Amino acid sequence: MRTINWFKYSSPASFYPLAGKLIPYFTVLAVVLTAVGLYMGFFVAPTDYKQGEGYRIMFIHVPAAWMSMFIYLVMAVYAGAGLVFNTRLSSMMASALAPTGALFTFLALWTGSFWGKPMWGAWWVWDARLTSELILLFLYIGFMSLKAAIDDPRRAARASGLLAIIGAINIPIIYFSVQWWNTLHQGASISITSGTSMEATMLTTLLVMSFAFWMYAIAVVLARVRCEILEAEGDTEWVAAQLGKGQ
Amino acid sequence: MEVVDLVCVRGERRLFQDLSFSQAVGELLYVHGPNGSGKTTLLRTLCGLMLPEAGEIRWRGENIRRLGEDYHREMAYVGHLNGVKDELTAFENLRVMAQLAGADDCDERAVAALQRLELSACAELPGKVLSQGQKRRVALARLLVAPRTLWIMDEPFNALDVKAVATIQDILIEHLDNGGMAILTTHQEVEITADRARHIRLGA
Amino acid sequence: MLTALWWVVVRDLTLAMRRRADVLTTLFFFVIVVSLFPLGVGPEMNTLRLMGPGVVWVAALLASMLSLGRLFSADYIDGSLEQMILTPRPLAVLVLGKVLSHWLVSGVPLVLMAPLLGVQYGLSAQALGVLVVSLLLGTPVLSLVGAVGAALTLGLRGGGVLVSLLVLPLYIPVLIFGAGSVEASVTGLGAQAHLSLLGAILVPALVFTPWATGWALRISME
Repeated sequence: MRTINWFKYSSPASFYPLAGKLIPYFTVLAVVLTAVGLYMGFFVAPTDYKQGEGYRIMFIHVPAAWMSMFIYLVMAVYAGAGLVFNTRLSSMMASALAPTGALFTFLALWTGSFWGKPMWGAWWVWDARLTSELILLFLYIGFMSLKAAIDDPRRAARASGLLAIIGAINIPIIYFSVQWWNTLHQGASISITSGTSMEATMLTTLLVMSFAFWMYAIAVVLARVRCEILEAEGDTEWVAAQLGKGQ
Repeated sequence: MEVVDLVCVRGERRLFQDLSFSQAVGELLYVHGPNGSGKTTLLRTLCGLMLPEAGEIRWRGENIRRLGEDYHREMAYVGHLNGVKDELTAFENLRVMAQLAGADDCDERAVAALQRLELSACAELPGKVLSQGQKRRVALARLLVAPRTLWIMDEPFNALDVKAVATIQDILIEHLDNGGMAILTTHQEVEITADRARHIRLGA
Repeated sequence: MLTALWWVVVRDLTLAMRRRADVLTTLFFFVIVVSLFPLGVGPEMNTLRLMGPGVVWVAALLASMLSLGRLFSADYIDGSLEQMILTPRPLAVLVLGKVLSHWLVSGVPLVLMAPLLGVQYGLSAQALGVLVVSLLLGTPVLSLVGAVGAALTLGLRGGGVLVSLLVLPLYIPVLIFGAGSVEASVTGLGAQAHLSLLGAILVPALVFTPWATGWALRISME
């Protein structure tokens, strides 16, 4: 993300105000892009001749799925940085990312279910993508549970960080094995995305929604990390000053 | 051993900061302080079990983080926990300690250590049936199964009777005389010539 | 380095021998779980034959996970673990030794028991053979990967449930290839692909997980 003056902002004390300043921009971008994306998705994109109107849920499902995986990778990178370089801010970013990532995973699963119902009459289909998303949700929940179960904040950050890295390394293996499992059992090998052929407007809408989600994620994560910083640095002087200012 | 500007944190509390000292061969260092002042944390950090918040610990001029196993080859630690398995006999416990410490003639060393600490009678008894004092002596016997320069001991005299305390004191003095050094915390004063013993107070 | 491995294995096996009850409970759990399924699903042999490999594998997974608590917690509680970290031996080697003994004590009995249980599900001799091989390749991975989970959750309150949550997603590929191998051999597709994939997971696991577990142990000991 930000590569300018990286080390200057790597201390929680200086990152806090920077994050505060950035949040409004990302929020605005998120709102605007979501509005545009949803409009395009529901009004502009043409009706799919195979799936009718029901497919439009894909404009939320697919970007949510992409974001859920992207966020996990970013989380693992921050966690790794926190472990290797022993920087507290990296670990805080990792734990701030987790709930948002889990939310997107859940959203992907939920919208996937809504998509499946009119298509195949079932609320759940064991296709490769949905199953992988489910496993990803377990990975997120595992990360958050481990962090919550450890009282010592430092051990919590380091342990959950190691778990995130191990999860990230395992994701390709898990995805591959689930694909394998799915294609082997021919009965349920319907893929939710295999029905639509991508038209230009559809692709654009997907990209717009993806960016919208990305902006939202950044805004929310920055807000959350500010809370984490306050909690972790609660007894330092600069926090007392901030709170005194009524920030 | 050289400690530079050490800062240790436990949970949310800063235990101490800017702690610096150095120690040479033949010296004994006492760490004093009220309960909760960070004595155990300091000792564990000196072992390398915990990472300090800031500062450096050097052994023979090099950071112990970098030395890793080489540092462990020269130090021995006896903490609050004894590290004695209930299901193994006293002899077996010491033999495993010797094997893991990389010593040769593990059997002989284990027997000799038991003898020195007057535990030969308990050699074939499992940890389960040993008294607290006996278990503590087995834990301390680990110092004798492999030659180590630095001894770090956290309240070694806990649960020991007067005779055992005297034995440990003798062992400690022998160790210092033979080119070793030791760092310890205790509530009892050890009878060692004053010029060799130095003191640090935490939690002022 | 091999001597260190040997001594750790001997030590752990001796300890396990003297605490035989712990060891047997894992095995009994395995047997009970596998025997419960027909009671829940009905005795129709065709259904059971289809489910058999999956059920045996899931039960092996669960039994393996239950036994993870034994891996480090006893040593952690009495202080032996911190002493192991302070030895001049590479921690990864010591961990590998502990995991190896754990597998010998918890994994191998499952492998040996599996054919008997597979018979309950009407599996053919060929299927049973593949089942045993798949478990032989897969149970070490369960122990190796489980060790990381056990190390991360040392001394925590959540205990067994938390380890399960962390470790089960990582077990899924092993489950898929393990149970899949039996099915593939039964349907005539041949189990080679699945079994080689299991092997392909085992080898890197042997190399990387002890190191990751060592790291996790140091983190938990701080």
